[in-house]
Amino acid sequence: MMQNVYLAIALAPLVAAVVAGLGGRLIGRAGAHTVTILGVALSFVLSAWVLKGQLLDGQPAYNGAVYTWLVTDGIPMQVGFLIDRLTALMMVVVTFVSLMVHVYTIGYMHDDDGYTRFFAYISLFTFAMLMLVMSNNFLQLFFGWEAVGLVSYLLIGFWYTRPTAIFANLKAFLVNRVGDFGFLLGIAGIVHFTGSLDYARAFHFAPQIAQQSFTLFEGQAWNAMSVICICLFVGAMGKSAQVPLHVWLPDSMEGPTPISALIHAATMVTAGIFMVARMSPLFELSPTALSVVLVIGATTALFMGLLGIVNNDIKRVVAYSTLSQLGYMTVALGVSAYSAGIFHLMTHAFFKALLFLGAGSVIIAMHHEQDMRRMGGLKKHLPITYWTTLLGALALIGFPGFSGFFSKDALIEAVGESHTPGHVYALVCVTAGVFITALYTFRMIFMTFHGEERMDAHTREHLHESPWVVTVPLVLLAIPSVVVGWLTVGPVLFHGYFGGAIVVSPAHDVLGELGREYTTPLAFLLGAFRGLPIYLAAAGVLCAWFLYLKRPELPARARELFAPLYRVLDNKYWFDWVNENVIASGSRALGRLFWRVGDEFVIDGALVNGSARTVGWLAAVARHLQSGYLYHYAFAMIIGLSALLAWLLWPWLFGRA
Amino acid sequence: MIGLPHFLVLAGVLFSIAVAGVFLNRKNVILLLMCIELMLLAVNFNFIAFSHWLNDINGQVFVFFILTVAAAESAIGLAILVVLFRERKSINVDNLDTMRG
Amino acid sequence: MLTTILFYFYAAILVGSALGVVLARNPVRAALFLVLAFFTSAVLWLLLEAEFLGIVLVLVYVGAVMVLFLFVIMMLDINIAELRAGFTRYAPLGALIAGLMICEIVYVVWVKHLGYDLAAVGAPLQPGDSNTKALGAVLYTDYALPFQLAAVVLLVAIVAAITLTMRRRAGYKQQDIAAQVATRKQDRLRVVKVEPEKRR
Repeated sequence: MMQNVYLAIALAPLVAAVVAGLGGRLIGRAGAHTVTILGVALSFVLSAWVLKGQLLDGQPAYNGAVYTWLVTDGIPMQVGFLIDRLTALMMVVVTFVSLMVHVYTIGYMHDDDGYTRFFAYISLFTFAMLMLVMSNNFLQLFFGWEAVGLVSYLLIGFWYTRPTAIFANLKAFLVNRVGDFGFLLGIAGIVHFTGSLDYARAFHFAPQIAQQSFTLFEGQAWNAMSVICICLFVGAMGKSAQVPLHVWLPDSMEGPTPISALIHAATMVTAGIFMVARMSPLFELSPTALSVVLVIGATTALFMGLLGIVNNDIKRVVAYSTLSQLGYMTVALGVSAYSAGIFHLMTHAFFKALLFLGAGSVIIAMHHEQDMRRMGGLKKHLPITYWTTLLGALALIGFPGFSGFFSKDALIEAVGESHTPGHVYALVCVTAGVFITALYTFRMIFMTFHGEERMDAHTREHLHESPWVVTVPLVLLAIPSVVVGWLTVGPVLFHGYFGGAIVVSPAHDVLGELGREYTTPLAFLLGAFRGLPIYLAAAGVLCAWFLYLKRPELPARARELFAPLYRVLDNKYWFDWVNENVIASGSRALGRLFWRVGDEFVIDGALVNGSARTVGWLAAVARHLQSGYLYHYAFAMIIGLSALLAWLLWPWLFGRA
Repeated sequence: MIGLPHFLVLAGVLFSIAVAGVFLNRKNVILLLMCIELMLLAVNFNFIAFSHWLNDINGQVFVFFILTVAAAESAIGLAILVVLFRERKSINVDNLDTMRG
Repeated sequence: MLTTILFYFYAAILVGSALGVVLARNPVRAALFLVLAFFTSAVLWLLLEAEFLGIVLVLVYVGAVMVLFLFVIMMLDINIAELRAGFTRYAPLGALIAGLMICEIVYVVWVKHLGYDLAAVGAPLQPGDSNTKALGAVLYTDYALPFQLAAVVLLVAIVAAITLTMRRRAGYKQQDIAAQVATRKQDRLRVVKVEPEKRR
């Protein structure tokens, strides 16, 4: 019975997507959005019911195969579900945010020609993401992984006539592919060492794998578990946009804002975080992999945040914020605080989706103007948008009591308690990141909603609040952004909500430490005032107020004074430049080399034409043997005879000499 | 003392000269045929020399037959030559190159 | 001793006439050199106690084959001047090949003695033995069939030579047996009804 429920959760959005996608013209715009919203709403309701069952009714985890696709070489490839507390949480998050985005899209994409196509795509995405989180084996995980990548490609390039959109969607897909390569290697490692794609078997054999070593180069034996985990993490780096595979996320803002909210804030990018948390039994056995995760996450958290300070596109600022927060989540995973990572994932999903949708609302109001330098003073024109976005911003910076505060502060304290190598660097990064986060977030708020109005008169006249289909989701997302932290921090972080889903070895159990310190949310709240982050956040807000409201001419002066620093940030640390001019150009040059030299010169010229030419040349030479002259032929016979005689007689003649 | 090797060397020299003749002569088909006769003569020498030294009459029998065949072959060869001359009005070997590849 | 002198003398003439055949410009001269070569080799065969074959060589080869050669040479209107050109171009190569062959043969025969250790001469002759007798004893008994075959070969040669060179001349009257036999009545006979003339 439960299996049917799970199937319904996964398949309802798929059916809706197919109907809307293939029959869009038949059922019309209203039909398309109705059927998809119904599908996702059904999934959400059932997911909530499943969560209730897992959480309150104490239902055990469900791990079963639904369909065996094929069995090859003794490895069964199945479609199966693993529903435990972690899955249930993810399912609810995904379906809730998806539902909000579906409703929001009715308003946002109202004037667009591709209306039904968009709904089909986002429903399809919901299906793919659900398959990913509900999976019980690596194959289905990978299927979901690739499927969300595909739908992301389709959606980033939704306005396919725009060259920037096409560039961005291909970039996203290709960078993701690089990550997927590592991911596949990790899965191959799992198959190699356990002979199965099943999670259960992989976790069962994990301790044995950790004993074995893997030799790729002569004389260098690496721990097998470290290799597998690092390879899996490369996949997570691609999907969750960690440095250096982060370059696709800012460009993905070319897609419509609803998908930025759904895919690039709440769900797809969190697939990597989810995967690492799901693989916690494996990662716990490899301290090396954990350190790698930690360092990369910390680097992303700080350096991507810095880029948010200098950007002027409202969506890009939120995108860099997402990158930075993903870095935070990765840091949490690196210090073995998986629960904190997932908790931050959940809260982040809510407030980041809220921020994106709020930005989208602003963009609609501004007639698709995205440059913050041409905004300002929108507070009185877009009140609902302003207040909901402000709540999201406060959650993001970790204002005490909001959801983001609990998740972020727990995370930072966990890093402080950790002993994993690299934790000092990580602590510095995440703490500094708090200041930066507050700075860029409130820079965005102040530049957009406060201060003098910098837009032109025509736009100003047409400023009005967005329709209810846009503002209701904003409100509905603002509520969990505020309260979900207080309500769930206790069970999720400290009281073992995740149960057997997440395994933490006792040596790394930082959250356990925190749990012993703080027993109630209130205690945690008060305890935060003893730490640094709150004050850094306040300092950041103050700084933003000072620079952008009090003395708005200062940023320009700062840009002049610190010009080299600005150059680094403007060029985004030259990651894009390296990708385009070294890697991509290099690959193109290599391809051209293979074409010109390998294909044309060697294969066509030397081998194909060359062999023909050689045959022709040989024939031309051999032609002289057929002179037609009798005496030539006789002569040839004589020469042949002499040669034969010489060859036959040679040993006899000189052997006995 | 004249031994078998002497005769064999003589035959060899004769044969080589005939071969050189076949090769060097370009203009005269008749010379070609005459050189063939020389070659056959050289072979006959060989046979008779061996027959003498090995006390085997079969060598001479073979010479008998070679003579016969050589005569027949030269007759036919000359007949062909005559026909060729009728057609080409020349016995230049260089003209006989229709089999050129 | 005598044999040695004779051998070398005639061998020299033989080689010289062979060279003459090859190097002569005039084909008639070449043919005559060849005749000389045959005569000398007949003498040498006499030295080898093959007198029948020596005589046969002279009779058949010189008497028939060379005569035939001379007939043909005389019959054909050969352009002598044309024959003189282009000889020396390939002379070195030809000489080289000939020299090579000679060296090989000499090496095998002379230096290595063909691997045999030969007695100088064979069994002594009995009085009354002749080459002719010896040949005859074998030719009509053991080699009777090849003898007949040789005759057939000669017959074929005759027929072929005639067939090849035969040509029809204009105005040459000859019976065409096949046409005669294949005649039909209507080609020769035409029956005409003639009205009898009335007496006036």
